Amino acid sequence: MPTRELKPDQFNGYPPEARKLAIANLRALQVLPLSFLPSLLRELVEYDYKFPAERTSLEREISNFNSLAPEQWKEWFGAFEKIQLSASLEKFDWINQPAQFVEQLSAHLWTTHQQDDFRRAATEYGNRLHAAVPPLEPFFPRLSIVVVGQGVSASEYPLFRKLRPHGALYTNVNPEGGLDTLLEFVASRAKAHPAKYGHWYVDGGQENPCDSGVACISYRKLEPARNQLLARIRKQSEMPGSGPENLRTVMSALRPADLHLEHSGDAVLARFELKLLAEGSGTQIFSTTFAQWAAREALRRAQPLTLLVRFAPRQRQRPMNEMLSVAKETVELDPAGSLVDADLGAYYTWLNQQRLTGAGQSSFLAWFEGRNIAIATGPAVPRGTVSSSPADLRQILSWTI
Amino acid sequence: MTRFSPNTLDRGLSWSRREFLRDAAGLVLGSSLFSSSLWARSGILQKDRKVVVITFGGGARDQETFAPEGQENIPNLMRELIPQSSFFAQVVNRGILGHYVATASLATGVYETINNFASLPPESPTVFEYFRKDLRRPSSDAWVVAPSNGFNRIGESSHRLYGPGQGARVILPKHLLTAATKGTADYDHLLRDNYETPFFAPEVVGNEFELEQLRSLLKLSVDDFKTHALTLSSPDELSVYIVRRLMRQAAPSLLWITMHDIDIAHAGAYSLYVDGIRRTDRLCLDVWKAIQSEPEYAGKTTLFILPDFGRDSDEDSAGNGFQHHRTGDAMSRTTWMMALGPGIREGVVYDRPLDSTDLVPTIGSMMGFSASQSQGKLIQELL
Repeated sequence: MPTRELKPDQFNGYPPEARKLAIANLRALQVLPLSFLPSLLRELVEYDYKFPAERTSLEREISNFNSLAPEQWKEWFGAFEKIQLSASLEKFDWINQPAQFVEQLSAHLWTTHQQDDFRRAATEYGNRLHAAVPPLEPFFPRLSIVVVGQGVSASEYPLFRKLRPHGALYTNVNPEGGLDTLLEFVASRAKAHPAKYGHWYVDGGQENPCDSGVACISYRKLEPARNQLLARIRKQSEMPGSGPENLRTVMSALRPADLHLEHSGDAVLARFELKLLAEGSGTQIFSTTFAQWAAREALRRAQPLTLLVRFAPRQRQRPMNEMLSVAKETVELDPAGSLVDADLGAYYTWLNQQRLTGAGQSSFLAWFEGRNIAIATGPAVPRGTVSSSPADLRQILSWTI
Repeated sequence: MTRFSPNTLDRGLSWSRREFLRDAAGLVLGSSLFSSSLWARSGILQKDRKVVVITFGGGARDQETFAPEGQENIPNLMRELIPQSSFFAQVVNRGILGHYVATASLATGVYETINNFASLPPESPTVFEYFRKDLRRPSSDAWVVAPSNGFNRIGESSHRLYGPGQGARVILPKHLLTAATKGTADYDHLLRDNYETPFFAPEVVGNEFELEQLRSLLKLSVDDFKTHALTLSSPDELSVYIVRRLMRQAAPSLLWITMHDIDIAHAGAYSLYVDGIRRTDRLCLDVWKAIQSEPEYAGKTTLFILPDFGRDSDEDSAGNGFQHHRTGDAMSRTTWMMALGPGIREGVVYDRPLDSTDLVPTIGSMMGFSASQSQGKLIQELL
C-alpha cells in the first residue's frame, strides 16, 4: 500500500500513546517514502514502552517533518525515493509489522545491490536531522563505570590498552571496599539528580542491592526468562519448515509476559529486558555479551546520566546447540576469557558514551575488581598518563568528575 | 566524532596495512608494471599446476590481524607466510556480507544473491566447473572442504551450462564425524555449527556415502578417524586434518578450504573471536607446510589466503564492533589477500584495490581455463 493511503484506523493495533502520536501526525507520515516510513513506524509502535529520552527524540523528529517546506522534502527524502522496492514489499503489512518489513527491506537492499545507496541516504538523513534538531544536552555531566575481572585470581593480560590514550591509568589503587564505593556513588548521584531511567546498574552476574532511584538489571535475575526463551527458540526451530526468518518473526512478537518479565509494574524496563534477550546476539548464553550489550542499549536508548556495568565470568565455550539448550545446573566458567571480553566491553562502553551529547563533559572509570588497576577519562583527566601514587576509588572519582 | 567516507577509509585501511607490513616484515611496495609471465618463468607446466584456496573466515578485522595491535594474533602469517607472499592490501567485497553467499561469490567470481541461509547452489558457474569442463578433469581433481552443513551446495552451480556432477566434490568434516560417532558427546566441541543461526544449518543426507568416502578415498578407518578427532579442539582443526588426508590420498589439483571458527564472534565474546583468529593463523601455516611436504604439491602449488570479508568497525554506531558484519561499512567490506608459491613474487605488497571476484579469473589464467562468466578481472601481478 502506498504511504499516501494511510488512514487513522489503520493504527488501531498500536498501543494507545503510539496511536495518538501517529494519528496526530498522519499528514506528515503520508508523504514519507515507503523505503523510509516503516523504519520510523518500527520506533513509533514502541512509543508507549520507550524511555523518556527516546520519546523526546522521536517527538522532535516527527515535529521536524511538519516544519519542512515542500521544497525541502526532495532534499531530505529524494535519495530514499530512488530506492526501488519489490512488489512483495509494497504489498507487505508494513503498518502493523514494521520491524518485519525492515528485515525484509534489508535483505532486498543487499540482494539488489542498493545497500550502499540506502546507507548513504540514511547517513545523510541522520546528519541533516542532527543539524536541524540537535539532540538535547544532559542537565548533568554523564558518568559510566565499568567493573571487570570478577573471579580472576591473577592475570598478565594488558588491560585497558584501547582506553589508555584517552585517560589516566592508576596502577596503585586500594581495592578495599571498591565495589561498595562505586555502588554508593551511583546511588548518591541518583538521589542528588533524580531522573526516571537516568541512572543504571547492569550486573553480568548476581546483582548487589540496588537503590530505588536506579534502574537495575542482572544476568542472574533473568535466568528463568533466559531459559524460557531458549526453550521457545528450540521448540520453534524444531517445527517443520522453520527457518531464521520465522524465528525472528516469533521473537519479535514476544511480550514480556511470555517470559514472565513483568517487572513490578515497570512495563518499560520489562520491555527493555525482553529486547536484550530476544533481539541480542549471544546475550542468552554469555554473561559478558549480556553485560556489554545491555550497557550499549542502555546508553543508546535511555541516554543515562550514570551507568555502572559489572562484568562477571561467562560460561566456557561449549557446542553452540548445547549452549542454546536450557542451561545445565552447573557450567564451567572461563574467568580469563571473560576478562578479555570485559576489557573490550569497557572500551565499547566508553565509545558508546562518547556518542551521546555532552561527551566533552562526560567521565568514565574502569576498574579491575579487587585489584589495584583502574583507568579514568574525563575533561579534567590528563590523557595518556600513568599514576603509581596510592589512591582509592573515591579519590579517583573525585579527580575525574 | 570524525566521519570517514567509505573511499577514504578504504584507502586508509590499505595504507595502514601496507605501512605496517613494510615496517614489520621488510616488504617492498609492488608495482603492476613488473614484467609478466611469472608463471611461465616458473617452469611448471600448466597441466601440473595446483591451486589451494583458504578462506580466512568467517570474517576478521584489521584491528585483530594486520593493524599493529593485531599482529600478536597472526604470528605465523606475519613471520612465515607474508615474507614469502605477494600481499594485496585492499581487496573489496562489494556483495552480500553473509558467509555462504560471500564464499559462493568468491568461488564464482560473481556477486551472488542467493539466500545465505538456504541450501541453494550458486547461480553462476563455479571455479570448479570451469576447471573441470575446460580441462576435462575428473571429479576427484576438485574438492571443497567446508565446516558447515550450509556449504554443502557450494561445489557446483545451478547454471544451465554446468551444474550437477560437473563441479567439486564437497567434504563436510563435521558431517563425516557425526556419521562416524553417531552423536557421541565426546566430539561435541568439533561439531559447532553456524554461529549466526545454529539451529538452522540445512540438513544434508548420505551418511553411508560419507563413511564410504572415509574408507575408500581417505584410507581412514572410522576408528582411526574418531581417535584422531579426539585430539583436536575445533571444527577448523578437523577440516585441516581432513585436508591433509585428502592431499595425501587424492591430491586434487584444485582444493578449496573454508575456515569458520572465527565466526564465534557473533556470540559477542571477544576472547573467543581472537582465539579463532589465532587458530586460523596456525592452521594456515599447517596447510602451507603440508603443501611443501607433499610430493604431489611441493614446488607446483599456489596458495591463496583471503577472508571472505571483514567485520563492522568500532567507529560505526550502527553496528557493535567486531560482533557482526551487518553495517556494510568499509571495514566490513575491505580485506586482504596473500598468494604464495612458485612464480609468485615474494615479500611484495600491492595496494591497488582488487575485487573479491578477481580471484576466479586469475586462478583460471594460472591453470589454463576460462572463467567466462566471472565479473572479475585478472590480477596481472600474479601472472
